[in-house]
Amino acid sequence: MIEVSNLSKSYGTKPAVSGVSFRVQQGDILGFLGPNGAGKSTTMKMITGFLQPSSGTAKVGGIDVAVDPVGVKRQVGYLPESAPAYGEMTVLEFLEFIAESRGFRGADRKAPVERALRLTHLITVQHQTIETLSKGFKQRVGFAQALLHDPDVLILDEPTDGLDPNQKNEVRALIKELAQEKAVVLSTHILEEVEAICTRIILISEGKVVVDETPAEFQARQPGARLDEIFASLTKSDV
Amino acid sequence: MTHVIPVFKREFLGYFRSPVAYVFLVVFLMAAVGLAFFLGRFFDAGQATLESFFVFHPWLFLFLIPAAGMRLWSEEKRTGTIELLFTLPLTTLEAVVSKYLAAWAFLCVAIALTFPMALTVGYLGDPDWGIILTSYMGSMLMAGSYLGVCSLMSALTKNQVISFVLSVIVCLILLFLGWSVFNELLEAYLPQFLADVLANFSFITHFEPFTKGIIDPSDVVFFLSLTGFTLFLNVVALER
Repeated sequence: MIEVSNLSKSYGTKPAVSGVSFRVQQGDILGFLGPNGAGKSTTMKMITGFLQPSSGTAKVGGIDVAVDPVGVKRQVGYLPESAPAYGEMTVLEFLEFIAESRGFRGADRKAPVERALRLTHLITVQHQTIETLSKGFKQRVGFAQALLHDPDVLILDEPTDGLDPNQKNEVRALIKELAQEKAVVLSTHILEEVEAICTRIILISEGKVVVDETPAEFQARQPGARLDEIFASLTKSDV
Repeated sequence: MTHVIPVFKREFLGYFRSPVAYVFLVVFLMAAVGLAFFLGRFFDAGQATLESFFVFHPWLFLFLIPAAGMRLWSEEKRTGTIELLFTLPLTTLEAVVSKYLAAWAFLCVAIALTFPMALTVGYLGDPDWGIILTSYMGSMLMAGSYLGVCSLMSALTKNQVISFVLSVIVCLILLFLGWSVFNELLEAYLPQFLADVLANFSFITHFEPFTKGIIDPSDVVFFLSLTGFTLFLNVVALER
């Protein structure tokens, strides 16, 4: 469902992502790992069509994002890092705005909005303005916005950032459940998260893919070692 | 272009969801009416016209429209909502146009709310309603051009202060080109035709005929093309 080949992005002369390639199928939950600044977010932004790649292609559902960005945006649900939202709106107003922008007009928007509110447990705060919510709730609003149109592809930039342990588990369970008929790409700093839900790991360091394998294979690199030890040994050059 | 509607609605209502709209409207109305009364000697003139009210609009807009327009893109960039907006299924042009139209509609509301001025002259005398109508039209068109400039400047930075200052400077230049004092200065140093060409790029030059009841197509075209051009650059700046 997602096909990324040789994707590169540089800011001025500084390369942020260089020659990243991978594929994600339906049912996959791809965990994007890597130190801060390794190019995880940049790669995700290019797949969603927010950033133009300097070279290479990204295709979602067979559509090249450089050719038909709107076509790609229709199929993708994207949770940007730190879940930005229009703070002066209430949760309900915000989700209704997203629904309308995604083509659900009038009475049609009720069902997807309700589904999103229910899945992310936001019903109790739906009439509060977003700026008054705690970090965990804001994160869930961002998540609700991403899955509102039931997209085939979910791209989640640090979806569990700022959540407490219970909320983290809940979000992970939700991602797992949704992933059965979707392709999911998520980035994270939490290695246990990868182990808990991801079907594949891609480790990016200095803009390049260093590792692309299953969590079991990743663990097998150094049997008995903790994941963060393996992570450290693979990203030594990138500090 | 049906994608324009949700973003337009969100943006327009957004002014009223925060104190921005109310503060702006109060300041705008007080300044617009205050200038006419105290600087324009609206009552002392003893004439049933709104000339002394509209004559200050180019100057009033110089500060107030950048204040309304500075947040258009800067705020989206600062808070990161721009990422949300540009991953919704709409093109950059649609986003630019819908946000612009929302801000312009808000400014038109502000301008329209000065209607008690018109009622006042209507009560006290027998004004030429045609002139008042064309003046309002000209004022709204001119506000659109100011806003185009401000929207473009706002797209260049995520800092609202920089956006405001840049907007005021560019608008000031476009204003000064047609101000008689500045124009005489230009004519003293430049050949007559060049001074005329430059003066032709001014808000005042194209706004004045409206306040005299004249709708010259070339003035309308000037405001519309200036707006179109700034919005085109706005799209370019955002896609860069």
